[in-house]
Amino acid sequence: MSADVTKITITYREAMRQAIRDAMNRDARVFLMGEDVGAYGGCYAVTKGLLDEFGPERIRDTPLSESAFVGAGIGAAMNGMRPIVEIMTVNFSLLALDQIINNAATILHMSGGQFNIPLVIRMTTGAGRQLAAQHSHSLEGWYAHIPGIKVLAPATLEDARGMLWTALEDPDPVLIFEHGTLYNMEGELAADAGPVEIAKAAVRRAGSDISLITYGGTLFKTLEAAEQLASSGIDAEVVDLRTLRPLDTETILDSVNRTHRAVIIDEGWRSGSISAEISARIMEGAFYELDLPVERICSAEVPIPYAKHLEEAALPQASTIVATVTRMIGAHG
Amino acid sequence: MALKPDIVTSNVDADHALALLQEMVRIRRFEEKCAELYSATKIRGFLHLYIGEEAVAVGAMRALTPEDSVVATYREHGHALLRGIPAGAIMAEMFGKQEGCSRGRGGSMHLFDAKHRFFGGNAIVGGGLPLAVGIALADKLAHRSRVTACFFGDGAVAEGEFHESMNLAALWKLPVLFFCENNLYGMGTALRRAESETDLCLKASSYEMPAWPVDGMDVVACEEAAHRAALEVRGGAGPCFLEFRTYRFRAHSMYDPQLYRSKVEVEEWKKHDPISTFRDRLTADGILDDAKLKLIEDAAAAEIEEAIAFAEAGTWEPDEELTRFAYSEVKAS
Repeated sequence: MSADVTKITITYREAMRQAIRDAMNRDARVFLMGEDVGAYGGCYAVTKGLLDEFGPERIRDTPLSESAFVGAGIGAAMNGMRPIVEIMTVNFSLLALDQIINNAATILHMSGGQFNIPLVIRMTTGAGRQLAAQHSHSLEGWYAHIPGIKVLAPATLEDARGMLWTALEDPDPVLIFEHGTLYNMEGELAADAGPVEIAKAAVRRAGSDISLITYGGTLFKTLEAAEQLASSGIDAEVVDLRTLRPLDTETILDSVNRTHRAVIIDEGWRSGSISAEISARIMEGAFYELDLPVERICSAEVPIPYAKHLEEAALPQASTIVATVTRMIGAHG
Repeated sequence: MALKPDIVTSNVDADHALALLQEMVRIRRFEEKCAELYSATKIRGFLHLYIGEEAVAVGAMRALTPEDSVVATYREHGHALLRGIPAGAIMAEMFGKQEGCSRGRGGSMHLFDAKHRFFGGNAIVGGGLPLAVGIALADKLAHRSRVTACFFGDGAVAEGEFHESMNLAALWKLPVLFFCENNLYGMGTALRRAESETDLCLKASSYEMPAWPVDGMDVVACEEAAHRAALEVRGGAGPCFLEFRTYRFRAHSMYDPQLYRSKVEVEEWKKHDPISTFRDRLTADGILDDAKLKLIEDAAAAEIEEAIAFAEAGTWEPDEELTRFAYSEVKAS
């Protein structure tokens, strides 16, 4: 990329809004529906202004009926449309689990390949805003267990801007998880930023001593930890998974083959998690390259609490990452 | 909205009446053969027979055009046959052959056919209703004058998805025909043991849509009601709800000792058998005689024989193709 590319200052929220606007302009089949996406402007203000721009047919406020409007998105996708369904928060998606797992993920297969479902479901995920146990969970890894759907976790401005259109072009259901703490993140983005590929993980910081594998809301905590580690002479590589299903095993193994050490940082719970899956793949694919056992930094195995200090204690933090890596390399380095 | 009275059965012309009888006989004989083939272990899994309820699908389907859409339940062999899916493709599906209408991936409960706009048998009670809402939403957004017929049983009325979908369809004035096949039992639980309010039309009416009960054992009444409902829905007034009062003569599935109902009750309902009562009526009216009945029976027998031969000659999909259709093999357009 040349140095004179025009940059704009933009938030993650605005990048996502621009992605929706762009998709609506590109394809008349695209419409958005969800709770409070229109008149209210979006629970997290992602869709603010879009109702005026596109009208109530294409920016559709829905009743509090997650199962019906997610299912309606599936039906509309089966009948020629390209719906974007917004679910206010990941915990509410559980009310639509029947539609997501029993219909969206199965119908292509059950119909012997006849009915694909080009549907995108966006939702907020994650903790860090003192919203307690019914608005703070990280279930994207859990969704990544399900064949038939794809699971994206855009963490950067480029991905917030670019993943949606690629997801809409995908013939199958794609779930996009937007970490709630990222919406206010501001930074520079190329003015002409557009669609990005969704099949590959990205190395966000190159390093040679250890691979820190993460995604979504913990990416920036991990990058911060990597900078702190650099000041004590540890050169950490940070891999942003970007897509949890399908997992880009190749990029993960390539990194581990170079660093010979790995820590997975995941805001999901440890037991039965995507971090467990990644650890298993490293064991299967790079066991003899490892100098140390793979470690994981995950959320504490409790529902996320309200009190600020307890919530912070429950979540992976930069300090935990630094301490873990320092211990690993100090003990065995 | 006030409830409308039962439709009064009117006279129909002779050829049309014979065609209705022929369709009911065709479904009945097909399913009787399915039961035999189940005992012979040619068909496995769950097999839910529609025997006793044929008048509903035969009458209701008459109101649809090939451009309309159908969403059905796991008790959908009759609906699939009436929609025009070849009997051989249905039988092959139940045999698990790749020549089946879902390539053997769905079985009895998941018959699909994109060409005939048959959006599947859905085996989650109530799970098809949101899909029907979405299919109709797509038609409305694309300014197509199609309707979507959504079949479901009385059991579905207890599901949240029923209420969410009824509300959404009425709120958005979507062209959905909600065809409730009330056979009085959700599996083995009688309606009166499952619902505080057993008047299903009253529930539908509460969503501000026209709703009326129909004698589901009278094929002519079913057809007239469906035509009338379709006329309203095609006019753009929004959805319509019909409660077809019918009865399942056989077990819920194949392993069901029917402890929840008495033989007397079943025998009482069999007096209202939609086929024998209609046959007797047509005979009394001089429309039907033994020769004509033999033609109908022979045609059904020949079609079924051919379907079984097609299924027997079908092939098993190679194991190597197992993971096909979890995701699409071509990009969406």
